[in-house]
Amino acid sequence: MKLLVPVKRVVDYNVNIRVKSDGSGVELANVKMSMNPFDEIAVEEAVRLKEQGKVSEIVAVSVGPAQAGETIRTALAMGADRGILVKTDAPVEPLAVAKILKKLVEQEKPDLVILGKQAIDDDSNQTGQMLAALLGWPQGTFAFKVNVGEGTIDVTREVDGGLQTVGLKLPAIVTTDLRLNEPRYASLPNIMKAKKKPLDETSPEALGVDVTPRLKVLKTTEPGGRKAGVKVASVAELVNKLKTEAGVL
Amino acid sequence: MTTLLIAEHDNAHLKDATHKALSAAAALGAPVHVLVAGANAKAAADAAAKLSGVEKVLLADNAAYAHQLAEPLAALIVSLAGPYDAIVAPATTTGKNVLPRVAALLDVMQISDITKVVSSDTFERPIYAGNAIQTVQAGDAKKVITVRTAAFPAASEGGSAAIESVNAAADPGISSFKGEEIAKSDRPELTSAKIIISGGRSLGSAENFAKYIEPIADKLGAAMGASRAAVDAGYAPNDWQVGQTGKVVAPALYIAVGISGAIQHLAGMKDSKVIVAINKDEEAPIFQIADYGLVGDLFTILPELQEELTKAGR
Ligand SMILES: Cc1cc2nc3c(=O)[nH]c(=O)nc-3n(C[C@H](O)[C@H](O)[C@H](O)COP(=O)(O)OP(=O)(O)OC[C@H]3O[C@@H](n4cnc5c(N)ncnc54)[C@H](O)[C@@H]3O)c2cc1C
Ligand SMILES: Nc1ncnc2c1ncn2[C@@H]1O[C@H](COP(=O)(O)O)[C@@H](O)[C@H]1O
Repeated sequence: MKLLVPVKRVVDYNVNIRVKSDGSGVELANVKMSMNPFDEIAVEEAVRLKEQGKVSEIVAVSVGPAQAGETIRTALAMGADRGILVKTDAPVEPLAVAKILKKLVEQEKPDLVILGKQAIDDDSNQTGQMLAALLGWPQGTFAFKVNVGEGTIDVTREVDGGLQTVGLKLPAIVTTDLRLNEPRYASLPNIMKAKKKPLDETSPEALGVDVTPRLKVLKTTEPGGRKAGVKVASVAELVNKLKTEAGVL
Repeated sequence: MTTLLIAEHDNAHLKDATHKALSAAAALGAPVHVLVAGANAKAAADAAAKLSGVEKVLLADNAAYAHQLAEPLAALIVSLAGPYDAIVAPATTTGKNVLPRVAALLDVMQISDITKVVSSDTFERPIYAGNAIQTVQAGDAKKVITVRTAAFPAASEGGSAAIESVNAAADPGISSFKGEEIAKSDRPELTSAKIIISGGRSLGSAENFAKYIEPIADKLGAAMGASRAAVDAGYAPNDWQVGQTGKVVAPALYIAVGISGAIQHLAGMKDSKVIVAINKDEEAPIFQIADYGLVGDLFTILPELQEELTKAGR
């Protein structure tokens, strides 16, 4: 079985981002970038399936600028076999990413694509579902557990009331949730080895995908702030204030 | 111009998320039709018909929709999409699962998690865990939108819309329901509760959630929540997670117990009306957004709180 794992380069989750004062966006210069955390979980799951002998090859893919190649290298160091960088400096919306991934799926013919459920920069939570739609494949989103069978995959999903398990026919799409696994750190020898793994490069144009944005971002602003309130000295004072001052008890 | 709202329900009951998403749908300025797709879902359709501002309810009653699987449900919505200018769903796990599938089938870029309707084609939505707010204008003729329910009031009752049956669409037949573990609880749901008490990693065990958090939730009629760390450690079920990648809530009162206040957690609760933080570290970031902070050990504070609430007649 062959796997495709799309990985996105995003601002590291530990960074407190700053909104530019002219409303034109978020300050990205000199900000630490990392692999989207949900995509690390996707790579980890792929590598575990390979270690279990259920998968023969893992192809990591990223759509983005030249530096997204580093994100692919991280995936290769974790255990992916080769990479494809779809190079573009333009912002690419989830629908266009899904169209690009569809082209790559047609080329690579994987049995399963594992994506993150959400990129922590745009917080869209769309790409996997869109790719599934474009391919006419079933989807197991927000995966908590996966179980690969013969031509099928069972995906236990994190849903609002608890957990739901669906059975999907392969080929299929899975998107990861936080509890699917705990991603490994790449070891130094594996980081060295990853440098020698093949990393091909293509572009949206070469794949024939129009990435013109459908949404126009009019402005980006700071959220309404919240000020620190008061410290209370005792539980009695707290309850009293909640009753009389805040009126919420 | 008409808007189609996809109802969130469990066949027997309409979920409060529908009421809230309806407020967003109505703000688009066009008449709203509500789709109830389910199995034996007449009761949910009846409830939708009573919501004020609903012009018509479409009921697709078929076994294929019993569990809201994305593949048949998206096929149904696409089959009905023709006359609608906008398709709206609450950003619940069901809405998030199915609507991007619909959007791609219609070749539309979805607008996720809107927090404000500026005009019929312009919306506000949070990015970067709510640390920035984007105002976006949709270029597609049809709009496909999910709604952050915490940002909108619940529509009230008082309507009497007609219910029309619609045919099921062909089921792609590539997915099946295998089972579920849904917690049954008499407590209010996290996303509709007026009061929420959440615990963090510092609770240390599921037993301590039951021993320290639950009695206070009982007294306050509150829902219980948790940080990611508490869920990952198995102290609380996954659907209690509040935050960027969990549930987004905005109750009248949010009590954060032993939660440090990472941006990913704040993203899910910082729009609560009143925030109380209990933490033994007076430097914990949660205090920067709390209206009332109490520094101390939760294991002594929570039993005291229970007592004080009893004294206060709760
Ligand atoms: C991709 C991604 C998504 C994420 N999504 C979410 C999300 O949706 N929701 C979420 O919550 N997190 C999320 N996180 C995790 C987040 O970054 C934090 O790790 C998490 O919120 C920390 O949980 P915590 O506050 O319980 O634990 P900690 O950060 O360990 O804090 C524990 C706190 O308890 C206090 N404490 C300890 N003992 C006591 C005591 N006896 N009495 C009182 N106080 C005590 C400590 O002072 C400390 O402040 C996400 C992270 C990533 C990378
Ligand atoms: N530019 C990209 N390159 C590679 N993968 C991406 C890209 N954008 C999104 N993805 C994948 O789609 C998932 C969901 O992203 P989103 O729909 O933007 O929240 C991510 O976790 C990635 O797996």
